[in-house]
Amino acid sequence: MADDGECGEVEMSDEQKKEIAKWFLLNSPAGEIQYVAKDLRSVLSDEDVYNEAASEAFPLYNKSHMICLEMPGTTGDVLVTSFSELDKNEYLDPRTAHVAIIDHVKQVCTEVRPAADEELPSAYVEEFRCAMDAEILKYVSEAYPKGVCSVYCINGKDAEGPGCDFEFAVVISAARHSPQNFCNGSWRSIWNIEFKDDMQMLEVRGRLQVGAHYFEEGNVQLDAKHECKDSTIFQSPEDCAISIANIIRHHETEYLTSLQASYSNLPDTTFKDLRRKLPVTRTLFPWHNTMQFSLSRDISKELGIGK
Amino acid sequence: MRRRGADATDSSQALGDGSLRAARLLPHLSSDLLSQVDQPLQILDIWRVLGCGVKVFSPSSWTKVFSLRKQVLCDVDSGKEFILCEYNRDADSYRSPWSNKYHPPLEDGPYPSSELRKLEIEANEVFSIYRDQYYEGGISSVYMWEDENEGFVACFLIKKDGSKTGHGRRGYLQEGSWDAYTCYRGRIYLPVTQLVESKNDGGSVGPDEEGITHYCLTSTVMLSLTTNDQSSGTFSLSGSIRRQMNMDLSIADGHLCNMGKMIEEMESKLRNSLDQVYFGKTKEMVCTLRPPAEVLPMRLPDS
Repeated sequence: MADDGECGEVEMSDEQKKEIAKWFLLNSPAGEIQYVAKDLRSVLSDEDVYNEAASEAFPLYNKSHMICLEMPGTTGDVLVTSFSELDKNEYLDPRTAHVAIIDHVKQVCTEVRPAADEELPSAYVEEFRCAMDAEILKYVSEAYPKGVCSVYCINGKDAEGPGCDFEFAVVISAARHSPQNFCNGSWRSIWNIEFKDDMQMLEVRGRLQVGAHYFEEGNVQLDAKHECKDSTIFQSPEDCAISIANIIRHHETEYLTSLQASYSNLPDTTFKDLRRKLPVTRTLFPWHNTMQFSLSRDISKELGIGK
Repeated sequence: MRRRGADATDSSQALGDGSLRAARLLPHLSSDLLSQVDQPLQILDIWRVLGCGVKVFSPSSWTKVFSLRKQVLCDVDSGKEFILCEYNRDADSYRSPWSNKYHPPLEDGPYPSSELRKLEIEANEVFSIYRDQYYEGGISSVYMWEDENEGFVACFLIKKDGSKTGHGRRGYLQEGSWDAYTCYRGRIYLPVTQLVESKNDGGSVGPDEEGITHYCLTSTVMLSLTTNDQSSGTFSLSGSIRRQMNMDLSIADGHLCNMGKMIEEMESKLRNSLDQVYFGKTKEMVCTLRPPAEVLPMRLPDS
């Protein structure tokens, strides 16, 4: 039992240790969970607690970061996401109609099997999904040097024909792991596309998340998020795909531009609210004239606070 | 020697959420961690002490928590705020640099000598003006204490809340905080009396052949900033760096002047480094993930 209020030794239950270990794992920046796990393991020196924390944290982390794993025996990859999850260790790749069985903690795919019919969308829905997938692949290969993507039907996958609504999740993920340069980063986009048959409209919602971590003799992280909405008309599968890809391309390009603008604003505006580069006087602080400052403090305060 | 707080884990609260969790993972080490180093510990220190080579923790979450913890108290006499840290703490009380009183009151807490206290008072006054000039707000505190080698150790702290609701003048920041502490950990070998006298004389005491003093300072900055608007969403940068600087300077201008100049130079270097190198690298990473291109070809519907 934990004995929190006392001086000296602080004993913790295994449960508490596990929760803390889990917290560290879940909060690892992109591409760094294995490093964190290694250190945690040696700090804990308790395999049972570590294994329990890892088995709970890794699946959540993997899905949140949408990790991409090679499927052995095929030329394809599978994305580990909540949209593709069939079971806690089974993830669907709709492009190749395969299901990957994975080991979350080791972050590898151990087995591959063909998807069963019930696990795949209907032919009607698949037409739209497949066209969408082709267009997104094109876009991602143009815009992201190392991007991966997938399109999942997350609602209404059994729709037989017109008159039914269905919903897709388009997932784009790009990660760059450069631990030897002390730098890691990730871009994750999730686009929800609702096909509304009665209104003959497509409602598009995007959630973009960008992260970067640089830690050479220091430790700095970027965490940026954005949400956006758009819509377009319900057309043939190919035309829908082209429309949606254009929408995604437009919003993501705009978002990148606004990120760059945020960075440009830093030195002279945002950062200035924290600390100026120089005082308003545009000279260094006159340390040797401190006596003078003590006496004329009010005046100098006014000067300092002046525009 | 500073005493441990009655509630050991509460003292650890000063370390921030992540550090607390790390400290609790190794209970037999936590009391060592708290008392061994004269610095507010961060998660990076914990991991270094624990022998872990990895310094890759996500600073954004712990930085947020760090800035939420109670770090400041109001002086009972003057109503001025002062910063809480390991340097002015004894048991569960903190010494104010304004009134020199412990909050809450302590019977037998450690105090600087009356001479050192004079220097401490002046340092607080001057540093406060320096803070105003560079930070246009915020809180500063300077703590000094004698060490065993007839020298003294000094710590200069600054805390700035740059958010719109805080002291951010331009209203850019949804949230923003800058926490800096500079610690002179080296030994300043001159007896305090000598240097205080030279200060009072306005620095006119000529240096004897030992008139050179060695200063070693370590500065740490922890910062976080967040902007938030409709068109670009949430943009958040956070992190910390620490650097050391060593200098041998004549005491002709006095300790305060020497230390002050070093701090100013150091803080400016850290600010620029954070801005250009560190933030710059994250921007580079974003542009590597998705390079800004000229207009990508737009495809029109075939029909």
